[in-house]
Amino acid sequence: MISGAEIVIRCLQEEKVDCVFGYPGGSVLHIYDALFKQDDVKHVLVRHEQAAVHAADAYSRSSQRVGVALVTSGPGVTNTVTGIATAYMDSIPMVVLCGQVPTQYIGQDAFQECDTVGITRPCVKHNFLVKDVKDLAITIKKAFHIAATGRPGPVVVDIPKDVTAQMCEFDYPKTIQMRSYNPVVKGHLGQIKKAVQMLQEAKRPIIYTGGGVILSDAADKLTQLAKKLDFPVTNTLMGLGGYPATDRQFVGMLGMHGTFEANNAMHYADVILAVGARFDDRVIGNPEHFSSEKRRVIHIDIDPSSISKRVKVDVPIVGNVADVLDEMLKLLDGGCKTDPEVADWWKQIDEWRGRKSLAYRQSNHIMPQYVVEKLYEVTGGDAFITSDVGQHQMFAAQYYKFDKPRRWINSGGLGTMGVGLPYGMGVLMANPDAQVACVTGEGSIQMCIQEMSTCKQYGLPVKIINLNNGMLGMVRQWQEMFYSKRYSQSYVTSLPDFVKLAEAYGHVGMRIEKPEDVEPALRKAFTEHKDDLVFMDFIIDPGANVFPMVAAGKGLTEMILAEEL
Amino acid sequence: MRHIISILIENEAGALSRVAGLFSARGYNIESLTVAPTEDPSLSRMTILTSGSDDVLEQITKQLNKLVDVVKVVDLSEAAHVERELMLIKVRATGKDREEMKRMADIFRGRIIDVTESTYVIELTGASTKLDSFIAGLDAGLILETVRTGVCGIGRGDRILKV
Ligand SMILES: Cc1cc2nc3c(=O)[nH]c(=O)nc-3n(C[C@H](O)[C@H](O)[C@H](O)COP(=O)(O)OP(=O)(O)OC[C@H]3O[C@@H](n4cnc5c(N)ncnc54)[C@H](O)[C@@H]3O)c2cc1C
Ligand SMILES: Cc1ncc(C[n+]2csc(CCOP(=O)(O)OP(=O)(O)O)c2C)c(N)n1
Ligand SMILES: [Mg+2]
Repeated sequence: MISGAEIVIRCLQEEKVDCVFGYPGGSVLHIYDALFKQDDVKHVLVRHEQAAVHAADAYSRSSQRVGVALVTSGPGVTNTVTGIATAYMDSIPMVVLCGQVPTQYIGQDAFQECDTVGITRPCVKHNFLVKDVKDLAITIKKAFHIAATGRPGPVVVDIPKDVTAQMCEFDYPKTIQMRSYNPVVKGHLGQIKKAVQMLQEAKRPIIYTGGGVILSDAADKLTQLAKKLDFPVTNTLMGLGGYPATDRQFVGMLGMHGTFEANNAMHYADVILAVGARFDDRVIGNPEHFSSEKRRVIHIDIDPSSISKRVKVDVPIVGNVADVLDEMLKLLDGGCKTDPEVADWWKQIDEWRGRKSLAYRQSNHIMPQYVVEKLYEVTGGDAFITSDVGQHQMFAAQYYKFDKPRRWINSGGLGTMGVGLPYGMGVLMANPDAQVACVTGEGSIQMCIQEMSTCKQYGLPVKIINLNNGMLGMVRQWQEMFYSKRYSQSYVTSLPDFVKLAEAYGHVGMRIEKPEDVEPALRKAFTEHKDDLVFMDFIIDPGANVFPMVAAGKGLTEMILAEEL
Repeated sequence: MRHIISILIENEAGALSRVAGLFSARGYNIESLTVAPTEDPSLSRMTILTSGSDDVLEQITKQLNKLVDVVKVVDLSEAAHVERELMLIKVRATGKDREEMKRMADIFRGRIIDVTESTYVIELTGASTKLDSFIAGLDAGLILETVRTGVCGIGRGDRILKV
């Protein structure tokens, strides 16, 4: 017989969890004590529970494993909510273990009690309250199973303190059967055949792929399929890296800040093959405008509720991307005959490409796009790039060419400022030798800046690329364009001296103000200071805007393009 | 369009709030909701009366199916089914109204299940429209209290919702 706390740790060991991100407190003291007595599961002590969850989330995103966070009851839990919702919106598998007040106190407004299951219910894939130590192991098993299968997502396990003290036999089930939870994996063969036929008849095809390709680890299969068909490929923000960005067939990201060629190709395509992408409102623009063009849509998604939610689908295929693509590839092995008119379509696409929609204005100041381009060069295109939310995020997405999946780590669905630095920590815990850069803004970085302390403690050499415009730039851009330049509360004053701040935390700080210093500074950071956290404060042109842009309510082809070129 | 959704769901603490939360979070209608354990006490059966376009209904069933605790979902109103609702209604029954109330209850095949000098409690089962007509047929001033269970329904013939 072992204690509930020991059971928790044993479960983590059984799940091969090598690291949890957390913060202790009264209700989890038994668990922390059990953690202390073993070495298999490392613990990263963050400085705020929000960061624990973000880090666990990025641990997942950057590997194929499930990230784990451990927090105490009450404020510990409420601090995690932003992180849980962030992971939920992007379908990231994660398990959050929360302490709870002892079972006999639940419902009595006990010290540090909150209704964890109730508070987190709308932003988890599932959650559990464990009331009996006999249910503990099986519940944790279920949590990992649910988090990682089907459409992935965060699962919360709420564990009262007395349960962690009670003794019980430990028996960890190898597999789990749940009558109420059986996600579909294989796609319907008839539908797949129909889809393949439709693809071969397409004259103006586009392959539009999203986060599902990354989550399904299907980038290779997608690439094979696209190569066989010689079709253009576009990625959503969440799908970047699902297809090599440096390949000729890649037309760039689509959507609100997508390229001219991607948005036009998407709009005027006669057949769309949507793979693990959910036709988000930031992707298709005004739905009426989008549906004004006649086309046929094939949609592969593991979640039936993603299909025909916002756009009517002609050939729905419910299944795991990797499995469905396998079937498609097999069918195409029998001979792939692409419609000859696709050649004309390519001509059209190349014409759109000629518009060079990512060209940007030059200035005496550092342009943010230029920093990202140089970052790409200096890191050989092989870094993990985490980001926050704002203009800098879009610049990173547009100008860092992701050739591999799981390298682009950002909050797409919830758009959570503050994720960047903890995301960098999570990536480094999962990929200890990787180059990791966090492309952020002076607004976002301050939302979790305390984590520089965690980075010091665990030697996590995140390179912070602060694209400092002294503005909540994304907000400022909207105000400039849609509110007649009334810059209400989008100017950030009283910024700290980030160099000194980094130094105060024991790190290296650099301030870069001239375009010619950008590259040398980056090189220095990634060579001389390879093993240091370097806070690089790039003072950028405060007026730089993100283009192309599809304004709210506008159609996908009604893009605003860069002003003066 | 009016739809009756039947759900088989694990009889776990919090299962009801997951369903109710889903409806409110996504802005779906709930006109009525009933729930109770089935003959297998590990399962509950829930009936939700809702309304919405075909697209909304498609999302409702898909989203319900996505809930980890939900075992099965059917839209009963898609095919032949029977539906019933139970109402208990307390009415003033004095003077000439006493006889009139009894007569009304008989006409609607209701039963008087509680009697005092001045009140009756009438139990009435049937389609919701029948309960509505009963209420409409009474002098509103005589109705003291009503309680309705909301609709529950079951498929006809071989249409069976079971694990
Ligand atoms: C400031 C800002 C600007 C933005 N601008 C843009 C923009 O210009 N363009 C853009 O694209 N986005 C943009 N976004 C992001 C946008 O909000 C959405 O997050 C994003 O478009 C969703 O990407 P997705 O469709 O790939 O879906 P995801 O959220 O990644 O969802 C993945 C889909 O794949 C499915 N899936 C998961 N696993 C599997 C599997 N194994 N097999 C099959 N299917 C699976 C899921 O069910 C889901 O439907 C922006 C966000 C912010 C914050
Ligand atoms: C937690 C949170 N609060 C508010 C917002 C709204 N918001 C989106 S972008 C942005 C500005 C971000 O500023 P900064 O980090 O400096 O990036 P920039 O746009 O200047 O590159 C704001 C406030 C958000 N996405 N997240
Ligand atoms: Mg800024």
